[in-house]
Amino acid sequence: MDGLSGKKPAVVWLLNISVVVLVALWLFPTLGLFVSSFRTSEQITSSGWWASLFPAEQTLQLRALDPDENRFETSAGVFVVEGNVLEGDYAEVAIDRWGTSSRAPDSYATGDTADLGDGENMTLNADGTYVWQGNGEQISGRGQRLFIIATIPPEFTTNNYRTVLFTEGNSEDMAKAFFNTLTVVIPATIIPILIAAFAAYALAWMDFPGRALLIATVVGLLVVPLQLALIPLLQFHNAIGIGKGYLGVWMAHTGFGLPLAIYLLRNYMVGLPRDIIENARVDGATEPQIFTKIILPLSFPALASFAIFQFLWTWNDLLVALVFLIDSSGETTVMTKQIVELLGTRGGDWEILATSAFVSIAVPLLVFFLMQKYLVRGLLAGSVK
Amino acid sequence: MHPALLGLITIVVGVSGCIGYFYGSNLLLDKVLFPASGPNIGRNISRRELIRPWLFLFPAILALGLYLAYPVVATLILSFQERGAGGVRTFVGFENYTQMFAEPKFMEAMRNNVLWLVVVPAAATGFGLLAAQLTDRLRWGNIAKSIIFMPMAISFVGAAVIFKLIYEARPEDVAQIGVLNHLYLLFGGDTPQQWLTIPFWNSFFLMAVLIWIQTGFAMVILSAALRGIPEETIEAAIIDGANPFQIFFKIKVPQIMGTIVVVWTTITIATLKVFDIVFAMTNGQWETQVLANYMYDKLFRANDWGMGSAAAMIIMLLVTPILVWNVYNARKEMR
Repeated sequence: MDGLSGKKPAVVWLLNISVVVLVALWLFPTLGLFVSSFRTSEQITSSGWWASLFPAEQTLQLRALDPDENRFETSAGVFVVEGNVLEGDYAEVAIDRWGTSSRAPDSYATGDTADLGDGENMTLNADGTYVWQGNGEQISGRGQRLFIIATIPPEFTTNNYRTVLFTEGNSEDMAKAFFNTLTVVIPATIIPILIAAFAAYALAWMDFPGRALLIATVVGLLVVPLQLALIPLLQFHNAIGIGKGYLGVWMAHTGFGLPLAIYLLRNYMVGLPRDIIENARVDGATEPQIFTKIILPLSFPALASFAIFQFLWTWNDLLVALVFLIDSSGETTVMTKQIVELLGTRGGDWEILATSAFVSIAVPLLVFFLMQKYLVRGLLAGSVK
Repeated sequence: MHPALLGLITIVVGVSGCIGYFYGSNLLLDKVLFPASGPNIGRNISRRELIRPWLFLFPAILALGLYLAYPVVATLILSFQERGAGGVRTFVGFENYTQMFAEPKFMEAMRNNVLWLVVVPAAATGFGLLAAQLTDRLRWGNIAKSIIFMPMAISFVGAAVIFKLIYEARPEDVAQIGVLNHLYLLFGGDTPQQWLTIPFWNSFFLMAVLIWIQTGFAMVILSAALRGIPEETIEAAIIDGANPFQIFFKIKVPQIMGTIVVVWTTITIATLKVFDIVFAMTNGQWETQVLANYMYDKLFRANDWGMGSAAAMIIMLLVTPILVWNVYNARKEMR
């Protein structure tokens, strides 16, 4: 393609633009969740998240200060209230147009003076300061209403994260789910690697009858749907007294992860140079020595890629946790279950839902970006060979 | 005891148990059973090398047998049984299956699953191939690939929340916060739609989630395959005056057909097992039921193990052709 597309700028442009579109399409959903998790619930429900990235034009309804407390007399019978409508919440707002009735909020430009009749008038400046002037009767009661068409800069808050992670009630649930997930994930990642590494070495470098059959079995088991395993294993766990709990979920994840682990590791180990292993054998190294001193260190990339797979899979899993771990007490809930719960009970609380969901996907995303190299390598070893 | 502490202890016990097993069993073999000394040294050494592979394999075989092979058989048996009074299971032949096939919800699940199987692997592989080809020679191709690949790390449940935000509908008179409705109204739609409640089409909105997740996987593998194509074949095509489309469809695609099939079947299997997306987004309502969620419903809501197992066996049956094909290929490769 170099020879073709490299010379035609139009083609190069088209190529770049189509990739930009594709990437945008794929990034857009996640970005939406990310941005939403930094908006208040009011913001989330009042405008689309894409709008929050740009300054937005809005009509604000504000009120001048209470005249009875703030007015002062400039000359006989003439009272004035001065202040700044943008004080506080709207400090960074830029006023475009303004008015004194809801029907015509765009009557005046900044700096104009609005005639409110009978000598009463109101002047609003671009910085939000106003002068409201009239006789004693006019400048009394409630503060004059002001309608302001304003450009509001993007505004984000970290409050949602504070609520989800550190507020009583929420944080306990989330923190509990987080630690439970970790408790599930770490042993469920390490144990299958250990077991699979030994098995993969035997299948790759040892000669024994039935080896080909075993490899074929592993390949076959790769695609067995774990749905099949649910009831028999639940029965089995109940029969041996584990019931629902961590031990059961660790064992289940180990069993379900093993075919891929053995397959990946064997494919990798078979590719290691034969000379090294045979030289070691000639030099009198025993099989366990060859395994621990030569094979394991050399297989690090494959071990790493399986570890990432298993980590992502167990972290993101819902079904296995639902069946083997989470009992009616709810003490052993995991992140995914927590999110499903929020979806059901608090589907309307977008800020809590979005933030919790983002917290739950942050760890896998971090692992993904840090270890992408190994992940890709593992995928290729597992599928292309 | 605190679960984190329990976890830590389990890691230590599990890991040292594994290491202890391998170390101990090999030591036993080498030093006690067949020591490399004494009168039968030659025979001992050859015997222990006969046994050692099985020491290495034993835990794996045990786990695979117990957690994957045995359940297939047990589920098959369960699917032919019915639980009567007092938990006594009796053999009922194909009754669970006939009962299931008579259920409209099951037929709906089958229909939807077929739809998923047709659409998702094709779309994900297609998009993956497109992304792989487009980013192939791009200077920022790796960043682009990284972003398209990213959804793979996101859980189905997380993705369900992400897409709920996209499909969200608000009343007509307020601003739409779901981008789909926003665009729908922008391009002339009259009222905001509850996308996930529109029968038939809502399945496609759920499929979009899986396609979004699986495309990166297809792209990574196909991109490596594209790189592996010999340059000469492409150069020859250029010299012969082929245009880019001809090069892509007539030269590149045929050469990576094997990889495309692998990607397609892998995504097919993932699609067959899809559970979380439906469970979290619609739970099978509004005619979006799929087999895996139907099975979960039967098992844990209706508590009907017989029919649940029968549903699981249907999934297994659908996977079997791919299983056979994979095993056949693996054996061919080993020769």
